[in-house]
Amino acid sequence: MKSQETSIALAEPTPSLWEIFREFLLIGAVSFGGGIVAYERLLLVDKRKWLTPDAFMATLAISQTLPGLNSVNLALLAGDRLRGFSGACAAAAGLMLPGGIFVLLAGIAYSAGADHPMLNVLLAGVAAGATGLLASITYKIGDQHFRRLRALSMIVATFVLMSVLKLSLVTVLLIMAPIGLYLYRPRADEQEPTK
Amino acid sequence: MSALIQLAMTFGMLSVLAVGGGTAVLPEMQTILAQRFDIDHTAFVHIYSLGQLAPGPNMMMVLVFGFEIAGLLGAAVVLLSFFLPSSVLCLAVGRLWNKIGERPWRRAVQNALEPIAIGLMCSGVYAVAKAAFVGPLTIGLGVLTFVVLLRSRINPVYLILGAGVIGAVIMHLTGMR
Repeated sequence: MKSQETSIALAEPTPSLWEIFREFLLIGAVSFGGGIVAYERLLLVDKRKWLTPDAFMATLAISQTLPGLNSVNLALLAGDRLRGFSGACAAAAGLMLPGGIFVLLAGIAYSAGADHPMLNVLLAGVAAGATGLLASITYKIGDQHFRRLRALSMIVATFVLMSVLKLSLVTVLLIMAPIGLYLYRPRADEQEPTK
Repeated sequence: MSALIQLAMTFGMLSVLAVGGGTAVLPEMQTILAQRFDIDHTAFVHIYSLGQLAPGPNMMMVLVFGFEIAGLLGAAVVLLSFFLPSSVLCLAVGRLWNKIGERPWRRAVQNALEPIAIGLMCSGVYAVAKAAFVGPLTIGLGVLTFVVLLRSRINPVYLILGAGVIGAVIMHLTGMR
């Protein structure tokens, strides 16, 4: 009988540090306009299958709950699972390098007094596209959850607390986590393994 | 030298407070930068916008503040102090999580956090949409991207760049946003 340990199992041989660095470097370089978490999911679950969907969700939840940028936390955790501490460093470094260089170059130009109205025009469409990307990934991730009342109400409640009532994330978590723990508490009769 | 120490302490503190990402500490960051480092509101907004334009994590812009204040060394100090504390914490919790292994109550916690995580992502989409959807053109581009991505296997990067180009062209021709 296979144990439930599969949530951490990899579907592929362990990648090299260079591969990890390169894949995250790619994400770090193309993610104009936002939606990095979307790219990370595409990489980790679809493209390289380094995480199962279940493992990704767990990693995402940890990334969101702890301080720090979600995308960076995700990279760290994924890299750590793959190749330990150096894997975490490779992933995070790859992710941050292109943007870091870009921002420093732009910052130097800004100091010199340059301004770029043309880029703002491009950014408008890019930001709109990135929003669509983020929305599509959220939809894909949430597919099963949107169909179940218990999960759907949690999603809606979280959204309302965050975006409508505009409570701080810490407050939202303090409210929703206990509710969630109660709703999803382990029960002796419950057999269904959640994906 | 004391500027570097001040930078390290400021951004180290912000790192630990940035639960849910950098946006949580933006107001605090702006205040401290204005009061302690003489970076005014306009400069802050400009550099923030640069950060939004840049690829990768949207808080890389903090490096520019470090650069403005103390050159490349300042940028390096900000990089380390803003990202190390939260990263160390994250790795520690991640490893602890793995060590716990599959347990009923750990599974319960994960099950509980999943819809919350999705709800938070929905909030993220909403926040981004509020900034990005400024008129019929941007809304249309966003919806189009959403639909195409769900129905095809086109590389998202091309779609997004395409949206940028199409958006720029249409904006130039019609003034529509």
